[in-house]
Amino acid sequence: MSLRSPLARALGLGAAGDGPAHWWSQRVSAVAMVVLTSWFLLSAVNLELGNPGVVAQWLAAPLNTVLMILLTGTLSYHSAIGVQVVLEDYLGGWVRVTGLLVSQFLHILLAAVAIVAILRIAFGVR
Amino acid sequence: MAEFRLPANSRIGKGREFRADTAAKRIKRFVVYRYDPDGGENPRMDTYEVDMERCGPMVLDALIKIKNEIDPTLTFRRSCREGICGSCAMNIDGTNTLACIKSTEEVSGEVKVYPLPHLPVVKDLVPDLTNFYAQYASIKPWLQSQTPPPPDRERLQTKEDQEKINEPSACILCACCSTSCPSYWWNGDRYLGPAALLAAYRWIVDSRDEATGERLDHLEDPFRLYRCHTIMNCTRTCPKGLNPAKAISETKQLLAKRRH
Repeated sequence: MSLRSPLARALGLGAAGDGPAHWWSQRVSAVAMVVLTSWFLLSAVNLELGNPGVVAQWLAAPLNTVLMILLTGTLSYHSAIGVQVVLEDYLGGWVRVTGLLVSQFLHILLAAVAIVAILRIAFGVR
Repeated sequence: MAEFRLPANSRIGKGREFRADTAAKRIKRFVVYRYDPDGGENPRMDTYEVDMERCGPMVLDALIKIKNEIDPTLTFRRSCREGICGSCAMNIDGTNTLACIKSTEEVSGEVKVYPLPHLPVVKDLVPDLTNFYAQYASIKPWLQSQTPPPPDRERLQTKEDQEKINEPSACILCACCSTSCPSYWWNGDRYLGPAALLAAYRWIVDSRDEATGERLDHLEDPFRLYRCHTIMNCTRTCPKGLNPAKAISETKQLLAKRRH
């Protein structure tokens, strides 16, 4: 039981001074995803996906390499800040903090793996 | 934190049934949530049969008739019976609304009546609104100004500026919107909820107020404001037809505007 007044409890630790940047990033990355995903889908339709050689050659073109790295990077970022919202909504206390930590590590790891894979194919490392 | 099952002592059991007089012509069944904190028992749903030939048209009329003629232990808040005091807010037929302006005829079949969702229950249909009122107080719902008012008249406002606060001022703080919002259910201790945020917006856009910056500072928080994900339950359920979701979204735009 707490003897603090209801107003003191409602005021809590005060405003974190945070939020608009996260809100803005969600929108910016969403717009970027629309552009990058459209480009990727259009390219994939015109590509012989069953043939690894053709796909590797396509990926090695400088513009395609850059855009693919941007696509995987933006996708991971957008997903990371989206999953953050879900965890903050449904979890509480130390479970929330642990969940956020795991989610952020996983997203960075996946982005790094994807980008290194793209680079290795682009530079012809076998 | 999210809870998907009621705590063991809150699970609802089957209640008593109060049959109507055999002479009754037009019977409507009201299934009402009952909880007595002093009884030590779990909540239950009591069923009351009401003869609509001898009852007013609104759900509140039926509840008053039940209390007066069938079961005086039924507890609920009511006052104005015309949709302006906000006392009789409750969950009727699955939607938060005011019992006094909800017509019984609109409900097909049994009329299910619960207290507002996800608040501690004081008794029967009376929820504990302490935190809701404290959150309203926390946004400082009064005019803050350093400039003194003119000595010979009130603070003037253009018609356009008045129109901006016209609708948000019509909020009666019935709590229907906040208690319809899942974000408020899971994080109501930190998320201010649509009602308090609509009230905050009402003062943010008031042309006479000089604390706009401080008011925005107070809301610049991932939990206080940004738990709103614009699912619009608040706007859909508002018995006064107001739009808290729009006010929240415009507050977010103002916070973005002052950064860019």
